[in-house]
Amino acid sequence: MANLKEVKERITSVVSTQQITKAMKMVSAAKLRRAQDKIVQMRPYSQKLTAILNNVSAASESQADIVYAQKREIKNVLIVPVTSDKGLCGAFNTNIIKASMATINTQFAGENVTVMPIGKKAFDAYKKRDFNMITDFSDLFLDLTFDKVRAAAERAMEGYASGEFDQVIVVYNEFKNVATQIVRAEQFLPMENTATEGEQVAAANNEVDYILEPSREYIIEELVPTSLKIQFYKAVLESNASEHGARMTAMDKATENAGELLKDLRLLYNRSRQAAITNEILEIVAGAEALGGN
Amino acid sequence: MRLEIITPDKKVFQGEVTEASFPGANGAFQVLKNHAPLVSALSKGIVAFTTAEGRQTLEVDGGVVEVKENNIILLAEKVIG
Repeated sequence: MANLKEVKERITSVVSTQQITKAMKMVSAAKLRRAQDKIVQMRPYSQKLTAILNNVSAASESQADIVYAQKREIKNVLIVPVTSDKGLCGAFNTNIIKASMATINTQFAGENVTVMPIGKKAFDAYKKRDFNMITDFSDLFLDLTFDKVRAAAERAMEGYASGEFDQVIVVYNEFKNVATQIVRAEQFLPMENTATEGEQVAAANNEVDYILEPSREYIIEELVPTSLKIQFYKAVLESNASEHGARMTAMDKATENAGELLKDLRLLYNRSRQAAITNEILEIVAGAEALGGN
Repeated sequence: MRLEIITPDKKVFQGEVTEASFPGANGAFQVLKNHAPLVSALSKGIVAFTTAEGRQTLEVDGGVVEVKENNIILLAEKVIG
């Protein structure tokens, strides 16, 4: 039978692990709510921006003259993997690293690849590999605001406009629900016309005769970069919410596993204790019998 | 008139105003009641508006403003103060 003291020590250690995982789950739940709030807060801005942009850009006008929509032959690629700063969230980060590596190895095998990691885990993973890196934005999640994300988006956009990169791909976890994250490798630049046929018709229908200051072209030139930045910000926020969702699920599972382990350990402990007591009684009885034999 | 000032991080202001002025890309302008529909790009500068409590000012780092049927919506990437 297992040593009583050893089992007792293991039980104590599992109990404290369980307390930690339980606390982490609750912290993640709170953080998840805040992350979701951020997404909700961004929504009116992005909706309004899209509405104005649709209103302003006449249907006939093509977006080909905007620098961010120009398609070029792809030689230099920028990959932006978005991960978290911390681990203990299941396969969250591994999935991103795997997906971004797969994109690099299959789609852009012979191309000149640059990586701009966002989040410490992506930075750590790509540091070990042999790529050109832009590392100024790896600590974005320390204090997640639009202002900081904007700087990262602007860096990628400048690179695209100046011809440093011919394509920019963002790899991130999309938040579906608390338990499910979907890995997405999305083309950030060149822009693809995402407005569907129906949306364009709807925009054309409620078109108001606006006074446009200073000019239609100027406003579009101003709004398109903003809408790109918002798109980038959205990807980062989705990833942030996904991270906390993933951690919550992982910690929930860990707490559950600790509970099961505890059940087994307690059973073992009680059985050992029982065995020890039986042994002792046996010894006493045997001793008494030996004495009373006279 | 209703004025809304929105940034990607939060709603900075929402409420009734009697007057609002903006740093337009081609020079500052003021919006009063029943202004014609307008979309204007803004440059960096001061946005000022008068509510029932008095006049307030904010500094924006560019953006765009839409005026439609006495609804003013200001989308700013960044608001200072």
